[in-house]
Amino acid sequence: MSREGLVNAALLLALVAVPGWALWADAPFTITLATRAVIFALAAVGLNIALGMGGLVSLGHAVFFGIGGYAMGILASHAQNYTPLMEWPFEIAGTKSMPVIWLVAVLASGLAALLIGLLSLRTSGVYFIMITLAFGQMMYFFAISWPAYGGEDGLSIYVRNGFPGLNTLDPIQFYGLCFGLLCLVLVLHARLMRSPFGLALNAARQVPERVRAVGLDPVRLQLVALVISGAITGLAGALFADLNRFVSPTMLSWQMSGEIMVFVIIGGVARLFGPVAGAGFYVLLEHLLGGVSEYWQIFLGLFLLLVVLFGKGGLVGVLAGRARHD
Amino acid sequence: MSPILLAEQVLNGLQSGVMLFLMAAGLTLIFGVMGLINLAHGALYMVGAFAAATVAGLTGSFLLALVAALAAAAAAGALVETLVIRRLYARDHLDQVLATFALILIFSEGTRWVFGSFPLYLDVPDALSGTVTLPGGIAYPLYRLALIVIGIAVALGLWWLNSRTRLGIRIRAGENDREMIAALGVDISKLYTLVFALGAGLAGLAGALVGAIQSVQVGMGEPVLILAFVVIVIGGIGSIRGALIGALLVGLTDTLGGVLLPELFRLFIDPASAATAGSAFASMAIYVLMAAVLVWRPTGLFGGRA
Repeated sequence: MSREGLVNAALLLALVAVPGWALWADAPFTITLATRAVIFALAAVGLNIALGMGGLVSLGHAVFFGIGGYAMGILASHAQNYTPLMEWPFEIAGTKSMPVIWLVAVLASGLAALLIGLLSLRTSGVYFIMITLAFGQMMYFFAISWPAYGGEDGLSIYVRNGFPGLNTLDPIQFYGLCFGLLCLVLVLHARLMRSPFGLALNAARQVPERVRAVGLDPVRLQLVALVISGAITGLAGALFADLNRFVSPTMLSWQMSGEIMVFVIIGGVARLFGPVAGAGFYVLLEHLLGGVSEYWQIFLGLFLLLVVLFGKGGLVGVLAGRARHD
Repeated sequence: MSPILLAEQVLNGLQSGVMLFLMAAGLTLIFGVMGLINLAHGALYMVGAFAAATVAGLTGSFLLALVAALAAAAAAGALVETLVIRRLYARDHLDQVLATFALILIFSEGTRWVFGSFPLYLDVPDALSGTVTLPGGIAYPLYRLALIVIGIAVALGLWWLNSRTRLGIRIRAGENDREMIAALGVDISKLYTLVFALGAGLAGLAGALVGAIQSVQVGMGEPVLILAFVVIVIGGIGSIRGALIGALLVGLTDTLGGVLLPELFRLFIDPASAATAGSAFASMAIYVLMAAVLVWRPTGLFGGRA
């Protein structure tokens, strides 16, 4: 096993051992923290596909995170108030079933990624960064000024949504569900990396001219990557809203986009387990430093600055050495 | 809607447009000369506003407050450039985004640490309070009119600096070929610090000027920063003229959209829902404008390169 493989195995082990210990020690708050880390990791794996493989510096991934969150909020609020979502031309009722909510979240955020991608991939480089940031802000202001679903106050859900055969109110069972989804998505990402699509996407990031010369369209490859990426981040958004039983425009804010990117970078961009390490580290830092100082983000900022200026490759890079393919 | 109300809104749009221009001009200059995307530009706007509010509170002089805003933001800009930004010029955009995002965290939380979470207030100076009656019977706040005049003056000043002075020649040369001008004996790193401080000073001035009509608080800079990005995308990166046209377009679209869209919706649906739907869609108007420009001209109205 390579060094990176060992690091990955250790991270995976920690994701099983920490909640296992918390269950044994009866510390449900630790399980909630672990769930938060796993959901952030899932969102960041989504971004890592666009950023690491596709080289797309998207500062608007909160859009997909928030759309996933609102998919959950809107469906569940209609279900809990017994009001139909839509009456014409045919009636659609809300739902409290997680699989249905996940499907809607994935489809809605994937569609949003398609639309944003079609517009923003007309450009590249720093234009792309600014445009994704701008579309993120557009959704944020729209959510604030659209009063039907709570506007600035957001939407609360009384009871966490259900999954067939599980009691999702039990923290460890909900954790298991999120962890299972994270593993599935990591497998998907690993397979994508080695698939013809992933190789072509990598090539499109490095030398778009050559990709074009062999008859592939780099923009189309990037668009597909962005849609997959957005859909995964949207799924994470639906889980995050379910964890808090609350969704608000904050999930759509530019700070959220920045944080998702921070998870990827601190962990190690383009590394399979980079987002997992980054999100875990972030939640740990937030918990430890947040208790010490109200202004803990100063230290996060300083740490991030050091990582960017001096520590290329993030945490996984530091632990596992140089990437094999770069 | 009466023509007077409409004229007032056009003036409001111009006012927010010229203030956006102060932000966008600095950003586009920094990108044009150094190739740097600076997310921390909004933090410098905030620094200017806080410096102005503090000095105005101590001395009671608005003019001194403006000078302080300009000086504090320019000094903060020069400091940040020497310590951090300078190491980022040769890096890719991702590193620049992250490092400047880290700077936002440090500046925002640092300001919260020093000044607390409550907003500060900066009063409009007595000499500029009250309204003036413009030709046509439009009563308009004098201070906002002064903002428009200051904005236009700064735009003219920038044009003069860029096209008529030695510094302007160096800036334009730096945009075209940094190795060549370094070889000709211009201290390029001093030039970069100067340009960065100039952009930062403009942002700080805008923060202080706008701070007098809004509240001065942590996080006030980032929404303006993102609007300035929209301006730059529309105008074209690196073009000061594009920044001016883009800023006015965005200011006018935002202000007039907020007034006209609810009116437009009222023609089709009942007034109450027209007001909510209208304001919700008005908040998206500038982004629709940006999308339209992108479809038509992916590098912006005056941009030549990506």
